[in-house]
Amino acid sequence: MSLPDPTETFRQEARELLEQLESGLLDLGQNPADTDLINSTFRALHTIKGSGAMFGFTQVAAFVHEFETAFDRVRKGLSPATHELVAVALDAKDHIHKLLQHPDDAVPGGDAILDALRIIVSAEPAAALPAPLVAAEPAATISKRWRIVFKLPADSLVYGTNPILLLEEIAALGPCTVKALTDAVPPLADLDPEVPTIGWQVDLTHDDPHAGIEDVFLFLRDGMELSVTPLEDEASLPEPAPAPLAAPLPLPETPAAVPALIEPSEPPRDTRRATNTTTEKTGSSLRVAAERLDELMDRVGELVIAQARLTQIANSSSDANLKTIAEELERLSSGLRDTTMGIRMVPIGTLFSRFRRLIHDLSRDLDKDIEFITSGEDTELDKTMIERLADPLVHLIRNSVDHGLETAEKRLAAGKSAKGSVRLSAVYAGAEVAISVADDGAGLDATRIRAKAEEAGLLAPDAKISEQDLFQMIFAPGFSTAKEVTALSGRGVGMDVVKRTIDGLRGTIELSTRPGQGTTATLRLPLTLAIIDGMLVRVGNGRYTIPLAAVEECVELPEGIEANARGRNFLDIRGSLVPFLRLREVFGTKTPLEPHQKVVIVSSGEGRVGLVVDQIIGNNQTVIKQLSKLHSAIKSFSGATILGDGTVALILDTAHLVAHGQFYVDQGRAA
Amino acid sequence: MSLALASPMKALTIRLQDELFAVEAGSVREILDLVPITEVPNASPFVSGLINVRGRVVPLADLRVMFGMDRPEPDQDTRIVVMEIDIDGEPTVAGILADKVHDVTDIEAASIEEVPKVGMRWRPEFIRGIGKRNGGFIIIPDLGRIFETQSARTAPAAASEERSAS
Repeated sequence: MSLPDPTETFRQEARELLEQLESGLLDLGQNPADTDLINSTFRALHTIKGSGAMFGFTQVAAFVHEFETAFDRVRKGLSPATHELVAVALDAKDHIHKLLQHPDDAVPGGDAILDALRIIVSAEPAAALPAPLVAAEPAATISKRWRIVFKLPADSLVYGTNPILLLEEIAALGPCTVKALTDAVPPLADLDPEVPTIGWQVDLTHDDPHAGIEDVFLFLRDGMELSVTPLEDEASLPEPAPAPLAAPLPLPETPAAVPALIEPSEPPRDTRRATNTTTEKTGSSLRVAAERLDELMDRVGELVIAQARLTQIANSSSDANLKTIAEELERLSSGLRDTTMGIRMVPIGTLFSRFRRLIHDLSRDLDKDIEFITSGEDTELDKTMIERLADPLVHLIRNSVDHGLETAEKRLAAGKSAKGSVRLSAVYAGAEVAISVADDGAGLDATRIRAKAEEAGLLAPDAKISEQDLFQMIFAPGFSTAKEVTALSGRGVGMDVVKRTIDGLRGTIELSTRPGQGTTATLRLPLTLAIIDGMLVRVGNGRYTIPLAAVEECVELPEGIEANARGRNFLDIRGSLVPFLRLREVFGTKTPLEPHQKVVIVSSGEGRVGLVVDQIIGNNQTVIKQLSKLHSAIKSFSGATILGDGTVALILDTAHLVAHGQFYVDQGRAA
Repeated sequence: MSLALASPMKALTIRLQDELFAVEAGSVREILDLVPITEVPNASPFVSGLINVRGRVVPLADLRVMFGMDRPEPDQDTRIVVMEIDIDGEPTVAGILADKVHDVTDIEAASIEEVPKVGMRWRPEFIRGIGKRNGGFIIIPDLGRIFETQSARTAPAAASEERSAS
């Protein structure tokens, strides 16, 4: 087994902690007095600092230390958690994120953020005391010599502590001499190499051992022997002597060394608590690299294909035993398929929480008061899908806030509350998930969209077009109705990207609007990208798969229509007119026309289209394989799959074909 | 176009109609007998098919289209050379139809000449160089370039075809 890179693990953990920090800060913005929130935020910071220093992210540790120091005033109730504070703290969080990504480069902007943070926390009347950070400084100017003696806990090596790294960290604090204390080392026969028996004595020249040294041992303090004593000639200085569980940072408003004794227990307890929760978590869930899951999914895909072949052979054989085993294998493999796909499912709430920050920032930048409501966070979607949904949703939310929601004055004038709302929700709808972004703003302006579409040459001036289709114009490249380009939107890029991404996920996007009451954008996405149930059809000599979720019904093509090949391309399905496409024509099939053509009615969003095929073969499990770049331009197909006999079949892109069919409907109406 | 081949090229020689071609042997993954080919409607004739290579769906290219050659039906010598080709910087596995696969051979760098700018039946940018062996010529095609033009070009071509067909 390969060992994971510890720095990568740290990064991953730090990212989670930052997310926790962010949501904590955002919650804090709502409930500034919630001490639990303040404490959990503080804990997240503290853990980042501690492990950052441990893994050599010194810049991160240094920055977070300052951040923490400032935030400590909030924790102590000396400074309130104002909106300004939350805003700056969020900037600081972003800065930490940058530092994590470029640990070795100088990332500008950190000092400005820290200054802003200090100003905010010290702006309160309580700041009549000397400014917190300055207080530590007088002590900093005097260098002293300290003797540090420590011995590691018996289990520390097992948990991966490396004494050399610790010593190097101490050495980084200032000039020092290191001596190994070997008096406790047992005879070789009794020696357990996994138990550290050597103690260390370090004479260090350093201004303030507590802030630095305690941090070095932050994660080891339980059970280790540690004493920090000033060397003889400095005996007159503040008495920090044998430091028990000491606070890792000085209280800002008192001289540096003393707080260690005043309030020794709390931060270490916090650290331990954090560790405990991690342990609890590992019991019920485990972290697996995404690639391994992808690999597993590939294997299951291959198994499903092999199983389909076996079923095919079994069906053409008269061996009852073979049939039984083929059926059993079919049941097992479809169970395995469902389980594997289940592993890849992630609740969409992880994505939703990211947008709280977006709304917070937008609200501040655009000066609009926004209420952000989410629902259906536990709706699960394929992991890859969730990742790829992030950008489109950001665009949609931005649009809602920027274009949809009016300013407070306009809202009041229209008789609405000054506070706008953006609602993000996810629900299951059959084999799909519907995710919608709804605002209670002014709604889409059909006249303006029309004017803009005509101006951009997307629509003929006198063309008849349904409202739904008109709204779809928003997704055309180069379309934007914002009168002025703002930093956020109005450049006309974005919505076409949204459309493309959603198409790429085999999803659809619909817009509905009520003037004066708001707009809703609904994304409909398949539950998974990997395996679907398909209906196998034949057109000429080629076999194609239609996603079963899209199939509504199958009918026979009436004879009369068949003769009239180039005539009206509509079917009457229980009173409603459905356009149909002859796939033979779409694909340019050259084999002779066969009698008894079938029509498969497929739907996508609100549209329906009939696909005329030569034969309906049956249902099959379809493992979706992406088409290479060489074929990705051919829009009729969303992918390919491998059939039971080993040949490749193309998967029809129903959304595209429905749009194609709709084109005829509109032409028919216009004519 | 300059040709930077310092060491001899380890090449797989294949025959397309009556011309000998050499492809980088290091990029060849495997050589298959003819397998069932799934036609992709509306695709360009150069990459009109898909094949199943050990559970992967792989595009099948016919270089003869790009060199304006006749394309008779496959016979018992026909093989599919599965190769890894960089298309727009992305390694892509693709199959290449060959009328016959010969052998793996070294082509001395010194014997490879640049493509003459004039007097060629074929588009010069599709060829990296021309080598000599046993008194005959071996064409070294620039597969990356050939595929790249196709991946960009299929888009408008396919779209218009699709529209006219429907």
